[in-house]
Amino acid sequence: MAQTAMEIAADVNARRRSAREVTREALARIERTDGDVGAYLTRLDEFALEHAEGVDARVGAGETLPLAGVPLAIKDNMCVRGTRTTCGSKILADWVAPYTATAVLRLLEAGAIPLGKTNLDEFAMGSSCENSALGVTRNPYDLERVPGGSSGGSAAAVAADEAVIATGSDTGGSIREPAAFCNVVGFKPTYGRVSRYGLVAFASSLDQIGPFARTVEDAALVYDVIAGKDPMDATSVDLPVEPTARHLRDDLNGIRVGIVREFTTDALPAVVADVYTIAYRELEKLGATLVDVSLPTAQYGLATYYLIAPAECSSNLARFDGVRYGLRVNGSDVTEMYEKTRAAGFGAEVKRRILIGTYALSSGYYDAYYVKAQKVRTLIAADFAKAFERCDVIASPAASSPAFRFNAKSDPYSMYLMDYYTIPVSLAGLPSLSVPCGAVIPEDGTRPMPMGLQLVTPLFEERRLLGVANAFEKATQHASKLTPQIAGARA
Amino acid sequence: MTAVASPEIRAKYQAVIGLECHVELKTATKMFCGCVNEFGGEPNTHVCPVCLGMPGALPVPNKKAIELVIKAGLAFGAEIPNYSKFDRKNYFYPDMPKDYQISQYDMPLTQGGVVRFWLPDGTRGECRLTRIHLEEDTGKSTHAGSGDGRIAGSEYSLVDFNRAGVPLMECVSEPDIRSAEEAVAYLDALKRTFVELAVSDVKMEEGSLRCDANVSIRPVDAQTLGTKTEIKNMNSFKSVQRAIESEISRQIGVLESGGRIVQETRGWDEAAGTTHVMRSKEEAHDYRYFPDPDLTPLEIAAGDIEHLRAEVRELPFERFERYADGFGLSVAQASQLIDNPSLAEYFDRVASASSDPQAGANHVLGELSRLANETGIAVADSKVRPKAIAELIELVAAKTINSKIAKDVITRLWAEGGSAKEIVAKEGLAQVSDPSTIEAFVDEVLGSNEKIVADIRGGKDKGLQFLVGQVMKASRGKANPKLVEELLRKKIV
Amino acid sequence: MALAAEDAACTFGERAWSMPIDVRYVAKLARLALSPDEVESYGAQLTDFLTHVDALRELDTQDVPATAQVIHARNVGREDAVTPCLARDEVLAGAPQAYGSYFRVPRIIGAEE
Repeated sequence: MAQTAMEIAADVNARRRSAREVTREALARIERTDGDVGAYLTRLDEFALEHAEGVDARVGAGETLPLAGVPLAIKDNMCVRGTRTTCGSKILADWVAPYTATAVLRLLEAGAIPLGKTNLDEFAMGSSCENSALGVTRNPYDLERVPGGSSGGSAAAVAADEAVIATGSDTGGSIREPAAFCNVVGFKPTYGRVSRYGLVAFASSLDQIGPFARTVEDAALVYDVIAGKDPMDATSVDLPVEPTARHLRDDLNGIRVGIVREFTTDALPAVVADVYTIAYRELEKLGATLVDVSLPTAQYGLATYYLIAPAECSSNLARFDGVRYGLRVNGSDVTEMYEKTRAAGFGAEVKRRILIGTYALSSGYYDAYYVKAQKVRTLIAADFAKAFERCDVIASPAASSPAFRFNAKSDPYSMYLMDYYTIPVSLAGLPSLSVPCGAVIPEDGTRPMPMGLQLVTPLFEERRLLGVANAFEKATQHASKLTPQIAGARA
Repeated sequence: MTAVASPEIRAKYQAVIGLECHVELKTATKMFCGCVNEFGGEPNTHVCPVCLGMPGALPVPNKKAIELVIKAGLAFGAEIPNYSKFDRKNYFYPDMPKDYQISQYDMPLTQGGVVRFWLPDGTRGECRLTRIHLEEDTGKSTHAGSGDGRIAGSEYSLVDFNRAGVPLMECVSEPDIRSAEEAVAYLDALKRTFVELAVSDVKMEEGSLRCDANVSIRPVDAQTLGTKTEIKNMNSFKSVQRAIESEISRQIGVLESGGRIVQETRGWDEAAGTTHVMRSKEEAHDYRYFPDPDLTPLEIAAGDIEHLRAEVRELPFERFERYADGFGLSVAQASQLIDNPSLAEYFDRVASASSDPQAGANHVLGELSRLANETGIAVADSKVRPKAIAELIELVAAKTINSKIAKDVITRLWAEGGSAKEIVAKEGLAQVSDPSTIEAFVDEVLGSNEKIVADIRGGKDKGLQFLVGQVMKASRGKANPKLVEELLRKKIV
Repeated sequence: MALAAEDAACTFGERAWSMPIDVRYVAKLARLALSPDEVESYGAQLTDFLTHVDALRELDTQDVPATAQVIHARNVGREDAVTPCLARDEVLAGAPQAYGSYFRVPRIIGAEE
């Protein structure tokens, strides 16, 4: 088992290993395995080694850095000054950001080593990474299967040991679903906890940056670094952030776990349902009490989300117009230039969402669609608030199935359904994560594929959330029971 | 070219005009980023990821700009709702970086209010405000290849984003204005108020005030409104007046020839002196407004409003009423003072120290302004203290000096400051009213003008004024002219 | 693999509410050139999509306030203090077409805002 971020930082801070040494090993690992996995769109070898040198110098000067020398993968929708930031889109394929995202800046400042930028569904729209225009990422546990999405590259990088930690962004499940697919921990903090400055926007009222890691503790460590008010993001919340990484509980005594009546697993295939039945029982064994809770409006989550997110995206993506940066396809006048540029630059899913969103906001439909969806959003958030009167944490599947084969979801709506359990949580802005909870061999496969347990707590209760996940992880050790397909590539 | 309607035909119609003014706010930085808010500069040097609409950049509102808009609203008695928000107005244009403009749709910062104004002949008028809202300015496009910098026929355009993101408030009026002159008077009132409150520089030539007009006409006895057109591209007060007049004439021409007004946007062509169609109603935009999810709503506390209200002191219109109605100054004098706030403040100090504001205005706008022009030093910055002018006014009123001497005293004050009384005393400029002193001068003049004295005795009274002048000259202007005349008459008769 | 979520989707109401979508108009607003095939396929997909979202009509939201944001912060702003701008070269580095210090675009047809 490769080292955790906690262990690496401890070693580097104690000068038992240098950040340069850790970085060189990580880069070599990428060199060996990423040809199969395809997690990275851009590698930052030189920048990584240079930064590692800086970290070693700081440690040498007596500083202790929370992420000293920890190899980091960055989802390629976060700006890093002087590096390509593509969003997996042809429209930004060659764009070099002139500034760095706040979350990334904080990670670099904390000593993390940026190895590269990872693949994603174009502009974070998708659940399989298949919507990337710039590369294919494969699931390290079965290379015939998708890594999930949209943060598929980051999840795959951590799963394949091509990074120890990674950043993702989650709008409707884009951290939690790929984490579940790739047997890693994926954590979406409360909306507003982590600055969005420098995260290329998909849906501004839903987007949130969070970590991938192999352990809950590592995810907490990253969270402690990136969380907190940023003056550059008016929607980042100005509340004190309790440190979590060294304050995680490892039992569940007195914890009431809500099992959502409407999220019944009865309709799931028996083998999949069994994984969750067992997982809930494991929670009980750790001292938790299972409580039946109801989210009557959660079933409307998908419809609500697919009005609000595309509406915001249609406006957020207007700026890709061929004037100031990115792709331009010339036209005889500026309007033709816009239309050709955007037609050539965006992929099918992005266009679909731009069209849906434009329609939902257009004259005559605004109240019927957009405002209606915002009102249902209120109801969904209220349902969660009510459920949390009866429980401390809600548990559910993180995704509707384990990782599927490439091209298995040709109908857009069947792809949207992958996020059935994560989307209502996003609409309510709640902190939530996916932690490995078992595996099944899919009907169309031979290798056991990981599954994720989604845990959710009330707004700003990140410490409670991570504590419950930590207790579950420490007691069950599900992640270590599976071996990635690419593990053989290890020299 | 539309024929100008005869006065009789014009009299059949009434114009109904509403104005939408965009005013750039006087802040140090832009609306949503810390880039400097400064006119000009090398193209694309006052920009950052936020105001260039770069991927991932986020807006954070400038609190000062919000305060300035609230102040502007309070100046006109607007209501400040306790809840407001920013919305996105979505449309594509090359000089708009994000291809949406952060603006305010249904919950502007201020609602209602009344702008009171005065016309050059002293008539007062008023126009209700609908709202004032806050938004961000766009960049600037220069159209190249057409030879004249205009959009028509251009081959390509060049875009400078220095202005993009500058805080802009839009003042929308009700259709209460009835003539081009009123429109200009309304704009003058806005301008004077915003300058007074330091809300904006209001320099139309730098584009810090831009104005569109909605113009319609109707028969004078009609109750319903006619179809309106929107006039754009007016870039001075003069062009606002000309454009509205031209549009009223055009509309009258259309109706008189049996035509129908079409709702459309028309551009003012300064050189041609006419408006032309820019966009028909059918091409109207679908702006898809929605609340900007990158920004938090605004809740304006009552305490904050009161705090800002306290900063709004006497407004130009109130000052006009005080000057014109209270002091009896002419419209021209009152306007002149109001348009120069530091001069007006100086005048107020003179007026409050003396009992004759009219005389004060005469000095301030006359001799003092002349010296200011000559020397390039503002009256308020000169050595002349308002109290000295007040003294001067009293000296003239008490006939201690006459108005000619008063001018000389002002010149002295301008050069060396000090007290008017002291200068008059020190230089012996006080009018001589002692009969025995004057008698000496009178005798001297009578002695050397025997012929004229004889003529006067013979009935030719005309010569008397000449003799008065001679005595004044002999006394170096200090003799009391009335006393001189009395003594002359007494001695001659 | 049958899923609970898919079953839930099947319970979404009959589509009765939405008008046929004028995809060309929407694409024009969004400045997206669409081929005739795309007009057809996106038209069908959008119509299908709206059958799903029509389920929202089942909910009575008469007196429900709209949620634009889940966090309840107010009045977040900044002081009016100048921060450095980007260097001109950085500004123009990504420009598809620059001209001197300007961004250059094809001719603009139609009215200015």
